[in-house]
Amino acid sequence: MKVRVHVMLKQGVLDPQGEAVRHALGALGFDGVSGVRQGKVIELELADGTSDETITEMCEKLLANTVIESYRFETI
Amino acid sequence: MKAAVIVFPGSNCDRDMARAFAQAGLEVEMVWHKDTALPAGVDIVGVPGGFSFGDYLRCGAIAANAPICAEVKAHADRGGYVLGVCNGFQVLTETGLLPGALLRNAGLKYICRTIGLRTEAADSVYTQGYGAGTEIALPIAHHDGNYFADDATLDALEGEGRVAFRYTDNPNGSARDIAGIVSANKRVLGMMPHPERASEAAHGNEDGARLFAHLTSALATA
Repeated sequence: MKVRVHVMLKQGVLDPQGEAVRHALGALGFDGVSGVRQGKVIELELADGTSDETITEMCEKLLANTVIESYRFETI
Repeated sequence: MKAAVIVFPGSNCDRDMARAFAQAGLEVEMVWHKDTALPAGVDIVGVPGGFSFGDYLRCGAIAANAPICAEVKAHADRGGYVLGVCNGFQVLTETGLLPGALLRNAGLKYICRTIGLRTEAADSVYTQGYGAGTEIALPIAHHDGNYFADDATLDALEGEGRVAFRYTDNPNGSARDIAGIVSANKRVLGMMPHPERASEAAHGNEDGARLFAHLTSALATA
């Protein structure tokens, strides 16, 4: 099975990279971009039947730092 | 008295830290990240700067899960001393030994220069040698040194006197100008500036030497 994990900085955590991208879009002439947040997508190839609990543990222990990041995952 | 310096793939300040410990009079052993035990009788563990595991995923994230880090945590839980500098600070936040996290610098640039610091938390072995409110200069060299914690955590750190060093002119966007913090028992220090890179005459700055010298004398009397 394949699982896609999305990791994003939590709301309220400043994302300077997203801000730089927002400025760059403005410089390219794209008006009205009021916010950009940059995150990570991690695809996992897992043994069939891997439980949501195990995937959650992977996210909490390594893939995301829950002090600053939130995550969600989906089977693809 | 003995210090152990952890070496990860990508550590590049490990020998600098070992030299600073040795110069202060500590016996030093290097410990590979795959080791599963610290040398017997270790008083302080140094987690050095560098780019452990290439900073992949997040700075310090993979190092924090290396086998030796379980031992470093156990050492800290027993009341042992741990000093994490730069990438070492990032590793200590990732292990949960210190609260908060280090984000990308607010200005997005890697910064390598000497900055001003003000010492606080004068009751830790790391800062006692300076006293509270002393201004010193130390080099920084990092891309992800922007200290972040939620307001409740920051208030708790301040309330408990756990801010060890503050920037006099915040270079990276760190919350409340925080450059270094200590654990609740004040025995674990994480800091972004490099005291080991300013600890002998040849460095052109010896402000960092006092940290190691005082630490050693405090360990000797402990």
